[in-house]
Amino acid sequence: MRLLRDARVRGGLIQIALLAAVAGVILWIAHNTSQNLSERGIRTGWDFLDRPARFPISESVLPYDPQDTFLWAYVVGLGNTLWISALAILGATILGLGIGLAGRSANPLLAGLGTGYVTVMRNLPLIVQLLFWYALATAAFPAPRAAWEPLPGVFLTQRGIFLPALPAAQLALAVALGLAAALLLRRWRGTAGVAVFAATLILTRATVEMPELRGFTFTGGIALSPEFAALMLGIILYTAAFVGEIIRGGIDAVARGQWEAGRALGLPDRATLRRIILPQALRVIIPPMTSQYLSTVKNTTLALAVGYPELGLVVNTVINQTGQAIESLLILLGVFLTISLSVSLLMNWYNARMAIVVR
Amino acid sequence: MKHIALAAFTLALPAAAHGATTLETVKDRGRLICGASQGTVGFGAPDSDGTWRGLDIDTCRAVAVAVFGDKDTVDFVPLSGQQRIPALQTGEIDILPRTLTWTLQRDANGIDFTSPNYYEFTGFMLPKAMGIERVEDMAGAAVCVQTGSTTEVVVADVSDKLDLDLQPVVFDNTSATRQAFFSGRCDALITDAAALASVRATQAENPDDYVIFPATDYMDALTPAVRHGDNQWKDIVTWSIEAMKSAELLGITSQNIDTFEGSTDPRIRRFLGIDPGNGTALGLQDDFAANIIREVGNYAEVFDRNVGKDSSLKLERGANALYKDGGLMFPLTFQ
Repeated sequence: MRLLRDARVRGGLIQIALLAAVAGVILWIAHNTSQNLSERGIRTGWDFLDRPARFPISESVLPYDPQDTFLWAYVVGLGNTLWISALAILGATILGLGIGLAGRSANPLLAGLGTGYVTVMRNLPLIVQLLFWYALATAAFPAPRAAWEPLPGVFLTQRGIFLPALPAAQLALAVALGLAAALLLRRWRGTAGVAVFAATLILTRATVEMPELRGFTFTGGIALSPEFAALMLGIILYTAAFVGEIIRGGIDAVARGQWEAGRALGLPDRATLRRIILPQALRVIIPPMTSQYLSTVKNTTLALAVGYPELGLVVNTVINQTGQAIESLLILLGVFLTISLSVSLLMNWYNARMAIVVR
Repeated sequence: MKHIALAAFTLALPAAAHGATTLETVKDRGRLICGASQGTVGFGAPDSDGTWRGLDIDTCRAVAVAVFGDKDTVDFVPLSGQQRIPALQTGEIDILPRTLTWTLQRDANGIDFTSPNYYEFTGFMLPKAMGIERVEDMAGAAVCVQTGSTTEVVVADVSDKLDLDLQPVVFDNTSATRQAFFSGRCDALITDAAALASVRATQAENPDDYVIFPATDYMDALTPAVRHGDNQWKDIVTWSIEAMKSAELLGITSQNIDTFEGSTDPRIRRFLGIDPGNGTALGLQDDFAANIIREVGNYAEVFDRNVGKDSSLKLERGANALYKDGGLMFPLTFQ
């Protein structure tokens, strides 16, 4: 009895009881589920992953054929999800930086545009924006035979946007050499990089591949499907509004005195921004930016509304073909948890690096 | 994400829910709940008054008559292609007659099929202006596909078999798929040929601008399904459908059924329940078949009214004629 009056012992006992209750509920749910599934004659288990998927995936970063297995279909869906997540985060960050700086600008027109953009984009649901861009992409552009050609080799059609392309291998080589030159010759960084990049392309005799109308549609070059284009446009424009607000807020959080101090030292405004304001603003910016990146990754699942085959759409199709909803959803949950945790780990590491070092 | 709700529903179902048969559940509830399409005129769609009409709808009404004697004691739940099977498995609906193809994988995995109510090719619909009238000429075509249907696999199979390199564009709901086709995103739309005819008649600006042809050289049996494991309920649904087919074979319609009351033909007497036994064997009233014909009609009436000569679709009976007329509809023996 005296033991029970000890606050620590009592606290420990309560915690053990709570843990047991939680474990009990989980076990009960698991047992109930498997019993319900077998009573309804629904297959369970993971053996379906080895069977051929047989359904098509309209576009993918990784090679895919309907003869491949369900497991590979998941991997292909995951590849698409990572691809659009990375592009969306990159695009939204660049655009958002511009919008954030515009919102802080002394030019009233620019500042008005920046805040106006944020107000409109942030207040419309993403799914509505995606459907709008998709409707525009398929309804406003002409059929392939009557394609618009705003620039030579650039075709806008309701089947997608077709661009001239450089052969991938030569392009990769040129980018790699250009980057290496920029890193080695630090003094002429930009110029050296561009020069080496261009020289590589000329020396390897890279020829630009132009899209050509053949049969139903264009072949050759780079093809951006309407689904992909609408998705990227929608997600980048939407996310950039949030990113812009976060950046504007971060800059505003740095005391005005810091600007004045920079000017007093005779630094130009641009240098003040880069050397004094941004390093301090980043500490305020990074934590909310982490959440924003995580939302962006999760928002990619809305792609199924416009028919882009990211992991969510693949999982839906697999559930239809196999009927194994619980297994498929566990995979979906596991994958998104892994992606999200990786993004937060990365951002936390960056945050720790940028934090004020206390010696 | 509807699947998450459905999966959560499966998780949460108490094991004790097991025990009541579907017939008892339906009777306790006082209404039948039927899975319907999101609007395929002819098979299942609400009309301008909000009343559900269609071949699949009448199939549900027939079952409602068998159980309650009233064709209006049924509620319809519109479901997308991918929601429909989980909805049946989890008990959200009692019967699923939603242009559902009878396949081995579905049959083996938690649902049971009853009796086919429509035989159909999978078809392609294309704008006539493209000048294409057979699958072999479709190389490279973009095809709008709805997920959760057998047509996804058909596209891949046809593309592989004939080396056509078809470009599927997959959507998760019916209206998005059709809208993408009519806006010109795809060259072709694939689904059951009868559903294509319905889409063409009701959604095309000018129906004559579109051509429909079969995508495969085999037919599918569109068959209402029930949950796996309740044989009594499966029998009730099967024989409600069979009643409509048999009535056509016996020449009984909703108009002339009263003239058969004094019939001396033992087949007709058994069918109408004048000689008892058939209904009670299923756990129903003996005159359940007569009530179905009186309230809903025989298969020919249901076909003509919804998709046939008295409808806007004007489809031929074709494979859906009785076997004696050269079709595939084979009424089973009512005794």
